[in-house]
Amino acid sequence: MNSRPINVAGLAVFAALLLLWELSSRSSPNLGAYLPPPSDALRSLFRFAVARELFSHLVDTLGRFLLGYVIAAALAVGLGIVLGYFRFAHSLCDVLIELLRPMPSVAIIPVAILLLGIGNTMMVAVTVYACAWPILLNTIDGVRNIDRTLIDTGRTFGLGRWKILRTIALPAAAPYVATGLRISLPIALILVTTSEMVVGGSGLGYFILDQERSFRITEMYAGIVVVALLGYVLNRIFVALEERMTVWHRGSTLRGRP
Amino acid sequence: MNQPAPILQVEGLSKRYRQAGGESTLAIEDISFTVEQGEFVSLVGPSGCGKTTLLMCVAGLIAPSAGRVAVKGAEVDGPPGNLVLVFQEYNKSLFAWRTVLGNVLFGVAAKDGRAGDAEAKARRLIGLVGLEGFERHYPWELSGGMQQRVAIARALAYEPEVLLMDEPFGSVDAMTRLELEDGLLQLWKELRTTILFVTHDIEEAIYLSDRVYVLGRRPSRVVEQVTVRLARPRNQMTTRADADFMKLRNEIYRRAADQSAK
Repeated sequence: MNSRPINVAGLAVFAALLLLWELSSRSSPNLGAYLPPPSDALRSLFRFAVARELFSHLVDTLGRFLLGYVIAAALAVGLGIVLGYFRFAHSLCDVLIELLRPMPSVAIIPVAILLLGIGNTMMVAVTVYACAWPILLNTIDGVRNIDRTLIDTGRTFGLGRWKILRTIALPAAAPYVATGLRISLPIALILVTTSEMVVGGSGLGYFILDQERSFRITEMYAGIVVVALLGYVLNRIFVALEERMTVWHRGSTLRGRP
Repeated sequence: MNQPAPILQVEGLSKRYRQAGGESTLAIEDISFTVEQGEFVSLVGPSGCGKTTLLMCVAGLIAPSAGRVAVKGAEVDGPPGNLVLVFQEYNKSLFAWRTVLGNVLFGVAAKDGRAGDAEAKARRLIGLVGLEGFERHYPWELSGGMQQRVAIARALAYEPEVLLMDEPFGSVDAMTRLELEDGLLQLWKELRTTILFVTHDIEEAIYLSDRVYVLGRRPSRVVEQVTVRLARPRNQMTTRADADFMKLRNEIYRRAADQSAK
């Protein structure tokens, strides 16, 4: 299943760009001050003091991310199923959703600071807020796209509304839910790091900004590399889980064709 | 004579649909018929005559505009617990995220949430519809005919007293269709379930049924009731070649043609 061939050409482009960066920052000291050679940034990752500090910030960021993401998923999937299924409930919330959704989520960080202070609660809260939207909207969409026949099947087998939601609507909408979860994964990371930059104290976002302000540019890049890797690894884990859980869906669609 | 009440009674059933422009159309009008315990009854009518609407009303999935449906004397005002509908579009009705076994287990669980031997029961039904060995397959891995067998096994797992079938073999090829018809008659004989079968295929209706109700064009009403006295077990070759079979077919065809000429 996971025998995707390695994209040699794509990797080569990436390596070429890295090399270009390395060579240009080594050849021009002016440029090198702001854009240190990537090999320096990588090397600093392996300096014990930097690594230890980064690791503790990574743990903080990861903790906030996981808490926010999981809470958002639980709330948004639950609410999305109900709003997708009950037309009346949806019409009650429709205007609210349409008004709040397009607003850049980082705009509520100041509000959250006022209401919740500058601790973990606030950072988790803005993460929940921001990444709930794609999950909510995709779940609503998923439930609304369920074929009438599928719901009628549940009804003719004597299932009540809530049981239909749980045993039919939820699994039938699962591919849409998964899309929402996938979209909100990087959003969660954006909100965690941004709020860490704003309120400071700990976390990778804070570390990156702090290094920049202390003019430790190489260390700043080391922090960016760690955040980037975190995003990459989380996405890979997500894709692997998704493939496992929606095996039935892949098989019945174009994507799953051999 | 002390005859038992029919298991299914439909009286004066009408359904009017409201449309977007404020107009409304009458899909079925004043339909009445009965089905006796253990009987195999077919409703035959042209495409688009409102057969599905009628069956949805009988299944309690939509409310009729007038008239009543009663199962074992109890008026239907929601899906009754002793009746289940098999849809024509098996690919939309089967649970794509469940295996064959999982789909049939759903039927068992819907009847009795805590059945101890649920899996044994599901496996027995899968065997009865001839799908032994496919328990772990997903619906999309099976052919259309096999998928409809899964849907039938799932419905039977619910142990309905009345099985409603809405053109269940309408979207499979002709050969498969004959196989499925014989399979259904076999199941009916073994399980003694009452079956109300809807089709647009006159020969299929005669081949399967004890009685056939002929429906006219939209708004549809019952135009004829025919009793089929062909010997059972029926056989795709000899029964369909029987002179009585052809007489019935012509009779029903004439009535249906009269209707469309009007």
